[in-house]
Amino acid sequence: MFKLLPDTPSERVTVLVDDVTVQVPPGYTAAAAMLMNTDEATRTTATSNQPRAPYCMMGVCFECLMEINGVPNQQGCLVIVSEGMRINRQQGKREINV
Amino acid sequence: MADFDAIVVGGGLVGTAVAYGLARRGRKAVVLDEGDIAHRASRGNFGLVWVQSKGFGVPEYQRWTRRSSEDWGAFSAQLQKETGIASGHERPGGVTLCLTEEELDKRRRMMAQLHLEAGETNFEYEILDHAQTKKLIPAIGPQVVGASYTRYDGAANPLYTLRALHAALLQHGGRYVPNARVEHINAAPNQFSITINGTTYAAPRLVLGAGLGNKALGEKVGLNVPVRPVRGQIIVTERVAPVLPMPTLMIRQTVEGTIMIGESREDAGWIDTTTPEIVHTLAERAVKTFPFLRDVRIVRTWAALRVMAPDGLPIYEQSRDFPGAFVCTCHSGVTLAAAHALHYAQYVIDGALPPELARFSTRRFDVQAAA
Repeated sequence: MFKLLPDTPSERVTVLVDDVTVQVPPGYTAAAAMLMNTDEATRTTATSNQPRAPYCMMGVCFECLMEINGVPNQQGCLVIVSEGMRINRQQGKREINV
Repeated sequence: MADFDAIVVGGGLVGTAVAYGLARRGRKAVVLDEGDIAHRASRGNFGLVWVQSKGFGVPEYQRWTRRSSEDWGAFSAQLQKETGIASGHERPGGVTLCLTEEELDKRRRMMAQLHLEAGETNFEYEILDHAQTKKLIPAIGPQVVGASYTRYDGAANPLYTLRALHAALLQHGGRYVPNARVEHINAAPNQFSITINGTTYAAPRLVLGAGLGNKALGEKVGLNVPVRPVRGQIIVTERVAPVLPMPTLMIRQTVEGTIMIGESREDAGWIDTTTPEIVHTLAERAVKTFPFLRDVRIVRTWAALRVMAPDGLPIYEQSRDFPGAFVCTCHSGVTLAAAHALHYAQYVIDGALPPELARFSTRRFDVQAAA
């Protein structure tokens, strides 16, 4: 669905999106990495399991919640990718172990 | 000129609850709401419908609070039936968690006193040790020594409740006027009029339900309403799966999964912003109470100003100089919403407050301060 900007650097960072290895330009956010590699919902909501995907891409709307390196409910649009980062969809509410 | 049966000043939980109660009884009510420059305690509320610890030394307050809590279920169901909006009200009981033996001892004495003062209304409670508390709420940490529990406590979503009250008010023929700051009141016994933006609203009844604004408004109709702001700060977390089956005085989980952490009290004048010190203190106690919170993300914090009388009680009064003018104010707009809609509105129609509300009269402020 999305195209890279023409001035995108040629280096790549390797991350795992839903356990699939993908390469994205450095400086990309986890949300952008997810969007590059899927055109489906990237999470389901906490209250009614509705499908959602990143929307504002600037830290406001919380639609891009995802699990990053094992930590759930992170705003993917505010996290810059790093080598080996594991990015997974957020399914409903975060579970708590007590 | 627009004629009504009652003018209600204040569009928050208190004013709208009374106006809704009036409209449900077939009275034409208009709500004059200042607008978003008002301090709007109803938007910053923690959302408890709370009984335990209310009314220590004042049995009338315990009874009034308990009555509202008993009424809340029907009140919420009625609002949902009329508007389709669920208030999020739940009444699973509630606990006050204690982190030291001293806190628990103090709590034990307080609950025993409340029980005594309840008389025939029989305030039932339990003091729980760590193991008993853990059975109710498995998420507590080892530092929780015990808790007080009553089955009367619960919570609601203040924002949905307010929205439902507004919708229900309109459905019953009431009117809501936004951006309507009241500067002048033309008052005569059972005859009031207020002009806003060229429209004059007139009615034989006037209800001041404007929170901290009641102090200045009261002076215009012979009511002494010495309320002052008491700041409370709240931490809000990410949404997590259900982990707290009932509210505590300080921490509760909403229907949506958010965990709210609150219960700070400061005299900070009109400054309604958060401070790192208080947020730190709240977070520290929250993590001691529920260790799992250590790695739950905070998504926002906010502060709001409680509407506080010198003795912490509600203020209910009819003006002696201008009969027909009532004040209705408290710092528990959620807990008392049911009582205000179901009972206080009727007293306004009757033109008289009942003896059981006499303890909340402004007469209690008619003493000279010691030099």
